[in-house]
Amino acid sequence: MIKTDKLVFEYEKQDDDGNVIGVSRAIDEVDLDIKPGQFVAILGHNGSGKSTLAKHMNAILVPTEGTMWVDGKDTRREENLWDVRQSAGMVFQNPDNQIIGCVVEEDVGFGPENLGVPTEEIWRRVEESLRAVGMIEYREHSPNKLSGGQKQRVAIAGVMAMRPKCIVLDEPTAMLDPVGRKEVLRSVEELRKREHITVILITHYMEEVVDADKVIVMDHGHVVMQGTPREVFSRVDELKKYRLDVPQVTLLADELRKSGVDIPKGILKKEELVNLLCQ
Amino acid sequence: MIRDITIGQYYPANSKIHSLDPRVKIVGTLLYLISLFTFKSIIGYALATAFLFGCVKLSKVPFKFMVRGLKPIFLLLIITVGFNLFLTPGGAILIRVGPLKVTEQGLNTAVYMALRLIYLIMGSSLMTLTTTPNSLTDGLEKILHPLNKIKMPVHEIAMMMSIALRFIPILLEETDKIMKAQIARGADLESGNLIQKAKAMVPILVPLFVSSFRRANDLAMAMEARCYRGGEGRTKMKPLIYQKRDYIAYVVVLCYVMVVFVAGRYIPFKIWIF
Amino acid sequence: MSIKLEHINYIYSPGTAYEKQALKDINIEIPHGQFVGIIGHTGSGKSTLIQHLNGLVKATSGALYYNGENIYAEGYHMRELRNQVGMVFQYPEHQLFEVDVLSDVCFGPKNQGCSEEEAKQRAREALKLVGLKEKYYERSPFDLSGGQKRRAAIAGVLAMQPKVLVLDEPTAGLDPKGRDEILDQIAYLHETCDMTVILVSHSMEDIAKYVDRIIVMNHGQVAFDDVPKKVFEHYKELEKIGLSAPQVTYIMHELKARGLDVPADVTTIEEATEAILAALEKKGE
Repeated sequence: MIKTDKLVFEYEKQDDDGNVIGVSRAIDEVDLDIKPGQFVAILGHNGSGKSTLAKHMNAILVPTEGTMWVDGKDTRREENLWDVRQSAGMVFQNPDNQIIGCVVEEDVGFGPENLGVPTEEIWRRVEESLRAVGMIEYREHSPNKLSGGQKQRVAIAGVMAMRPKCIVLDEPTAMLDPVGRKEVLRSVEELRKREHITVILITHYMEEVVDADKVIVMDHGHVVMQGTPREVFSRVDELKKYRLDVPQVTLLADELRKSGVDIPKGILKKEELVNLLCQ
Repeated sequence: MIRDITIGQYYPANSKIHSLDPRVKIVGTLLYLISLFTFKSIIGYALATAFLFGCVKLSKVPFKFMVRGLKPIFLLLIITVGFNLFLTPGGAILIRVGPLKVTEQGLNTAVYMALRLIYLIMGSSLMTLTTTPNSLTDGLEKILHPLNKIKMPVHEIAMMMSIALRFIPILLEETDKIMKAQIARGADLESGNLIQKAKAMVPILVPLFVSSFRRANDLAMAMEARCYRGGEGRTKMKPLIYQKRDYIAYVVVLCYVMVVFVAGRYIPFKIWIF
Repeated sequence: MSIKLEHINYIYSPGTAYEKQALKDINIEIPHGQFVGIIGHTGSGKSTLIQHLNGLVKATSGALYYNGENIYAEGYHMRELRNQVGMVFQYPEHQLFEVDVLSDVCFGPKNQGCSEEEAKQRAREALKLVGLKEKYYERSPFDLSGGQKRRAAIAGVLAMQPKVLVLDEPTAGLDPKGRDEILDQIAYLHETCDMTVILVSHSMEDIAKYVDRIIVMNHGQVAFDDVPKKVFEHYKELEKIGLSAPQVTYIMHELKARGLDVPADVTTIEEATEAILAALEKKGE
């Protein structure tokens, strides 16, 4: 679904007078291979390059070197641009700055309108998408009165209405409170189960990735860790080095293990730890 | 007082006027406003009044609401009436107050001017009270569509207008937040002369501009991510299609305009000086 | 420099269709120098509450005493109050507007009546306190990174040398490292500057580590007001309100319920490790 080959993205660094003084590599030779239907999480601190990588997936940015293929299409080729964007939908960080419509259902219809979908079909898709994210009762509401979590769910519905093959969520919960975060993650989980769509979640919250099929950790533009959540979570000291927020349960399990208690590495959920300790 | 400006506000209700196609309302209002200037007799004004009040009744918007919209222009009304009342020569002199005199012509002009102004405001308000801002932009976009042939970017302008409408409440909220943050830093937005007050707005306006540009950037990216590429090939979720009631409304408006034009100009009917 | 709220009520948009009671009969006393955390879900009234502290919002009824004086009394100088109670809003970097960082930080002191020299002096001190290097002082604030902008904005409030510092969600939008840095910085300020610090957040884990006292807001009322350990004992009720205790607290309660002899009022990983190791040893005996 998403494949890259030695992807490099560079941008020019400017000094105070606007003179180019050098080049900075936001992404440094990244190889990715994400299969259809997978749930892949990309973790990293701010500045690790994860958002830059995400923006390559729907051709907002194109590689300086190397190639990015989305659903088999090279993103650098102009004729592929709109196909790429329809295949890989993106939900952004700021809930307000991606909602166009004055009314929820109109915003969800914006994508299909752009694709030239016939009117009746647009209504069908809008209804389905809003139901899928649990926002159908709000269809005639103004987005202004919605909470952050609700707005993000509307944004997700807006992307789903375009029937993409893959949905990329670029830090969708960074500006939300805990309730909003739970809502959004639950919607994503249900979507995955129902539509079998490829989901790529960019985040810096490690608790959000425990159910992923694959976790990729980035730092300074490189992929520094890859594997299942359990594999990645077991490398606690490395994670701390990359300034990630290891969940308390994983840290606790690790401390106990280091003190001699017989616990395997990579504990993800508190139920696991409690069960292990109480045997 | 800001809340009393009814032009631009929407009053939700389930009325015949509300359910009309926005194009009918735009064209109808325009014709009505123009018609106000085509007659000078009392018959004309009587017909205009009947038409307007009939529409207001049909719209289910409370009359009090419409009257409230006149508050902001009250001063303008008084000035207009005053000027015309006291400074128009012509006809017999009705009242003399010191050096000021009220003539027949003066009274006639003053009353008619006032009525025109009031009906202008009420007519426009009725349109915006019964049509959501988005419907209005959709209607305008459809009406102005032929201008595409002379390369006017009608779709883009309509899109800009609806985005602006969508973000007005957000920008108002943001302005409030920025004001609070600067007041917390000791900014004084109330005292001082005009120049000082203007300077005091800089800590509000600069951040507002910066954040607006950032929003615009984010929004553009989000729109492109959803395959927006201008008006070409776009379909509409809520296309404007005329219904029977819209055709009836057009006929009614046209009849009114013709009748008021003929009756107002050519039927010689006078009550006293009017 | 203590703050006392007595029977504070706040209703906004009274008499309209949007009328809502945001604060109901709030009674809180905050002694000078305390490090308080105010937690609540969105809409709990926590932001409205702190805006009362510097007079930005006036209570519908009730009294607010700053240093013994009722701020709603006739002739009280609100501007003086704002010199003493500094407030850092959410996403404070949105308030930056000046040509360069130093001038922006000088905005507050100048509004307080400081001369150009004094203002610059205070600005430099404040910028040092937040750890922003000198090379940034002459730069445009819009050229800084997100984290740097936030620090510059906080410096802008610190330069006013307030006795009380209120911060509304200072970690909003930051990644874990950024969050830790800012909270460490705030804790450092609390220690070195003899200020009362009031931190508003919805993240329990952040707050638990740093504050002396937690006030939990729910639907405009104070639900809990105690030291962190005691507040987290009510973790089930906290969950109902839409908040959660630190993950560690849940784990300890579960373990205890399953028969392991551990104290349930543990809030940090270090304590948890010790307690569990001790309990396991005992079990082994």
